[in-house]
Amino acid sequence: MKIHIKGGRLIDPKNGIDRVQDVYIAAGKIAAVGEPPKGWSANRTLHATDQIVCPGLVDLSARLREPGFEYMATLESEMDAAIAGGVTSLACPPDTDPPLDEPGLVEMLRFRAKTLNRARVYPIGALTVGLQGERLTEMAELRDSGCVAFSQADAPLADNHVLYLAMQYAATFGLPVWLRPQDPALAAKGVAHEGQVAARLGLPPIPVFAETAALAVILLLARETGARIHLCRISSAEGLNMLRRARHEGVAATCDVAIHHVHLSEMDIGYFDANCRVMPPFRSERDREALRRGLAEGLVDAVCSDHSPVDEDAKQLPFSEAEEGTTGLELLLPLTLKWAAECDVPLSKAIGRITTDPARVMEIDAGHLSPGAAADVCIFDPNRYWKVEPAALKSQGKNTPYVGYEVAGRVTCTIIEGQVVYESGTAKR
Amino acid sequence: MWLNASNPQLNKNGELHHLLTLEGLPAGILWQILDTAKSFVGVTQREVKKVPLLRGKAVFNLFFEPSTRTRTTFEIAAKRLSADVINLAINISSQTKGESVLDTVANLAAMQADMFIVRHAASGAPYLIAKHVAPEIHVINAGDGRHAHPTQGLLDMFTIRHFKQDFSSLRVAVVGDVLHSRVARSHIHALTTLGCPEIRVIGPKTLLPRHVETLGVHVYHDMRAGLKDVDVVMMLRLQNERMQSALLASAQEFYKYYGLTEDKLALAKPDAIVLHPGPMNRGVEIDSSVADGAKSVILPQVTFGIAIRMAVMSILAGN
Repeated sequence: MKIHIKGGRLIDPKNGIDRVQDVYIAAGKIAAVGEPPKGWSANRTLHATDQIVCPGLVDLSARLREPGFEYMATLESEMDAAIAGGVTSLACPPDTDPPLDEPGLVEMLRFRAKTLNRARVYPIGALTVGLQGERLTEMAELRDSGCVAFSQADAPLADNHVLYLAMQYAATFGLPVWLRPQDPALAAKGVAHEGQVAARLGLPPIPVFAETAALAVILLLARETGARIHLCRISSAEGLNMLRRARHEGVAATCDVAIHHVHLSEMDIGYFDANCRVMPPFRSERDREALRRGLAEGLVDAVCSDHSPVDEDAKQLPFSEAEEGTTGLELLLPLTLKWAAECDVPLSKAIGRITTDPARVMEIDAGHLSPGAAADVCIFDPNRYWKVEPAALKSQGKNTPYVGYEVAGRVTCTIIEGQVVYESGTAKR
Repeated sequence: MWLNASNPQLNKNGELHHLLTLEGLPAGILWQILDTAKSFVGVTQREVKKVPLLRGKAVFNLFFEPSTRTRTTFEIAAKRLSADVINLAINISSQTKGESVLDTVANLAAMQADMFIVRHAASGAPYLIAKHVAPEIHVINAGDGRHAHPTQGLLDMFTIRHFKQDFSSLRVAVVGDVLHSRVARSHIHALTTLGCPEIRVIGPKTLLPRHVETLGVHVYHDMRAGLKDVDVVMMLRLQNERMQSALLASAQEFYKYYGLTEDKLALAKPDAIVLHPGPMNRGVEIDSSVADGAKSVILPQVTFGIAIRMAVMSILAGN
């Protein structure tokens, strides 16, 4: 299959390209950009005039809920959501049931994902057996079966000694450890940012120092062990300040934020909106501003969807009892465009934060359209507005604070390895 | 949406449809409830203690958390308004968490309920119910988590008004476990709305929510300084389980520093009054001599509680 993407504005941040230019795809790879290869004849021409052609999106965290939580979402539904959102590579956290703590499970998940012929799935292995926080998993084996990193997701570790040993062990094999800093005791039973909204609504609080206390320990141990650390879902201004200082001192940790945290704050909880029940919690306006700036500056390496589909019943509960999470795969692109527009961030840089930057964090060869690279492409109409409605979402999770909002930026075509897998409204099987 | 989007307690005409919190309610509605309650105080003292305002209406007491006092006063109030009262104590632990909340409510609504009185351990639960019931059904929050206890707040305002007439020159202290108290939050919102110029909260740092000052109160950790020249002392109940945690050292130490004793009360204005939402822990947050003393208005509070609940129910039924 030879595809000619014609007349679109090509944005390929890694190669510094932002101009109207054609893309030629053959044998699953980018054959050429600009001028066609010799003797070119396309099987198919995709007209992309007034649209943006960019690398397929790379998402650092999307929960697919398989195995174990199929009532919330299935691999099929969430992979459909991914390609509808232009996401062609995604990392999935290990907090499934059972958790991704042994090679057989990881291989099974990868096999299931591959047969669906949708986005590329990169499992994150569990750092400890059963995510129980006590015994280390066979990380080297898990890497060999396809895990790109190791994480506890939102599960706590027994103590700092286990954290230290996990980092030591991972460093032995040069494996990256992804951690969301949160002290479990300081955050215990908390459901909302410790600020004026929690004080007013009487919601058990999660203080910023639950994040920063844990972060201090992680940064200290990263320096001691030389482990490669990626910090997930930083939510506070102070957390980013600590990261900035650590980087000045030579700690090479990378960092991501969730796209919803770039836009929302504690105020959005309103009258106990369970769709705003997320982990980490939406913090103050000041924190939100710091995340927006940090992402623009590059202090924050990448932004992810933190896609966590939750079934309806689990959100129809009082705020503190509702399940955490928001659906995000289909909103990652429009909400990133919204951030870029609001913060005057050049489009090329913004798209970099959801393509080449997360690919660099994951250390995978993706997120760019260099000749010879796998042809994973997203084509979208930046000026097409659409209303976020449950029926408009492919994901089985309809839980998002953006229900009813109108957003700009609609994916019109998603290509994976040279195959059109999604086109204006339908997945191609 | 038939409810007012910016305030889910009000209908399109700005009238009270549900009573979920006192925050954000216009002063006019608070005064209306207090005035209406005044007219009901007479009823409760008559020989025949009934008025027919809610005749034929079904009021469901929906208690997801145990309570005797609040449930009983709601029941008495509804009966004095001639409503049919159905009491349901729902043992939440025996069910799959809160999932049943909306199911339970849907089932009861199908039995032609007109009003739900809801108590729940989770902040915000009555909002969830109010959002899902049919438009003709009214929801009254009888206490949700740490969030609000609006009828208690109102009856305390009624009590203050009864003894002090006017809020505009009062200095009020709220003392004790503000952190876990839905009553305290309702006090603060009501006092602010009714024009009280100075509200103080007094307690150890472990029992005051961080950022409590954003609610418009002055924070005191020294009770003697906090009680200086106040007109009203509103004591809060300290639950025994707080002693088991790291929040406090001992009941004795709490009593020494934050218990209301005669000598501490002497720092308040000579005509100060003392309120307590009950049930009291004598010798922990309040000394018996104060609880039973001349400045205590704790028993009138209970009486007024019935009138306030009658007022709220009759106003909701009328809107």
